[in-house]
Amino acid sequence: MLSKKQAKTFFLGGTLVTFLIFIGLTVYSFSKSNDQTNYNELTESAIRGKEIWESNNCMGCHTILGEGGYYAPELTKVVDRLNSKYGGEGEEVIKSILMSPAPWQPNGRKMVAYEMSEQEAEDVVAFFKWIGNIDLNGFGEIVGVDRKISPLSKKNNE
Amino acid sequence: MKYKSQKVAYWFFALSMLLLVLQLVYGFIMGFARVGLDNLHDFIPFNTARAVHTNLLVVWLLSGFMGAAYYIIPEEAQRELVSVKLAYVQLISLALVGVTAIVGYHFNYWEGRKFLEIPRPLDFLVVINVLLFLGLILLTLFKGKRKTTTALVLSMGLLFAALLYLPGMLPFDSQVTDSFFRWWVVHLWVEGVWELIMGGILSFLLIKLTGVDREVIEKWLYVIVGLTFLSGVLGTGHHYYYIGVNKIWLVVGGVFSALEPLAFLAMALFAVNMYRKGEKKHPNKLALYWTLGAAIVSFIGAGLLGFAHTLPQTNLYTHGTLVTAMHGHLAFWGAYGMIVLAIISYSLPNMTGRKLYESTRGRMAFWLSNIGMIGMTVAFGVAGVAQVYLERKFGMEFMKVQNEISIHFVVLILCASLFTSGIILYIIDFYKHGKPTEEALELS
Repeated sequence: MLSKKQAKTFFLGGTLVTFLIFIGLTVYSFSKSNDQTNYNELTESAIRGKEIWESNNCMGCHTILGEGGYYAPELTKVVDRLNSKYGGEGEEVIKSILMSPAPWQPNGRKMVAYEMSEQEAEDVVAFFKWIGNIDLNGFGEIVGVDRKISPLSKKNNE
Repeated sequence: MKYKSQKVAYWFFALSMLLLVLQLVYGFIMGFARVGLDNLHDFIPFNTARAVHTNLLVVWLLSGFMGAAYYIIPEEAQRELVSVKLAYVQLISLALVGVTAIVGYHFNYWEGRKFLEIPRPLDFLVVINVLLFLGLILLTLFKGKRKTTTALVLSMGLLFAALLYLPGMLPFDSQVTDSFFRWWVVHLWVEGVWELIMGGILSFLLIKLTGVDREVIEKWLYVIVGLTFLSGVLGTGHHYYYIGVNKIWLVVGGVFSALEPLAFLAMALFAVNMYRKGEKKHPNKLALYWTLGAAIVSFIGAGLLGFAHTLPQTNLYTHGTLVTAMHGHLAFWGAYGMIVLAIISYSLPNMTGRKLYESTRGRMAFWLSNIGMIGMTVAFGVAGVAQVYLERKFGMEFMKVQNEISIHFVVLILCASLFTSGIILYIIDFYKHGKPTEEALELS
């Protein structure tokens, strides 16, 4: 029968080993050869866009990389999606929403009117564009324009 | 109650109850917004309500954990707290930092990082507050007559929780790196070190309520927290599948996440077996309800529902949908909400001397809140699965899907009302116990 000492060894030993592996995998994930984010293409404008994204808690409603509030659309591939919907005018649509003095209200659900300057709106777009090019291990295809949808869907039966 | 200084726990529990009520108010604001009733949008938009809702959850649970530690550690260490005055200073500063953060969220003063919205300057105040708390607890333990496994596991959980807050304060210019280290805090808290805290409180309650030998309970406590870390640390990988890091996490996260329910299953079996084995029939049945309830509901909410969408093949579709909210609600409620309510139910009669063990109100509080939360979980689940199929499989637009599934949020609001009525009854019971008194010292 297991003794208390053995149980303690199992706890401490298991914790130490798994934590060391975890640290090792973290280092491995962030090694240059494993970069999936095109980190070198992260511009000053995109970094400012991230700061605007955070300072307005956009994640409180939207999701990005699948993380957020589930209240407003996923924005990982928003530039591509709106380009496809508005004939290549996606970036302008995003900017007009961010700069609008009135709340954007698609299908009745309101967004805060941020009244951003043109430069701020461009920074946010640069952030979205950088996000949109990240290799997401298949998730990008699920939320992107060319997503593989079910053969049962209405789009495939029209 | 064996030591006068244990009384300080009462005020942490009272703060906890106050914040819980506020959390529910903001939950309703979000629920109504989802069915189109967002009249408060100009003052409390959804992102504010959400940040307040989730942060209040964290703070009321932390306040509950701190209260639990202030109650348990003196009894385990067999001595008074090293300083009651400083414990009150810590309580007031915790409340002030919490309130400042919550008020700030209404004025766009936040960091906008899910679960870690507290702005950087306030982060430093949180760190000072937690250091003071840890100093008081660890010094009491160090100076105590005995150092039990229960006290050590509880203190270790609290210490690691404080240390793991630090990676969340590091600034990154890449959203991917930011997200990666944010999960060091959030995941390793809730699926790691908070389980040590839960295990420590559970062990203390089982020792007191069942009368089973401490050595037996503490031996199994080691096994359970061992399983927790063995699966939970590398299980962090399930947050890394689709955020832009290496594919190796699909394998590591997938395998270790599949093992995570085992820790919760072990915890549920442990609690039920100790209860069966126990010869002592403690009269505080309500505390027993909440204790066993926490072990069982956490297995369903955190273990099973977590497993339901952490397989990489499933998560590819459920990632970023309401399926996560389904798992999140029952997991937090079972694992952490219920264990805080369990230690309150156990300690309150001991601190106040009012042994309201058999109140119908107390039982109704247990059943209504649990049935309500299970209903909410089902509503989130149905909405989430429908969202996955309509949006991710059939390619419908986000907002069209939201309109299709809004009926499930009506069900959610109804179930949340049931849950809230249970919580209100619990708080009435809390109030009826009166305030802690030194006259209660000799009663336990």
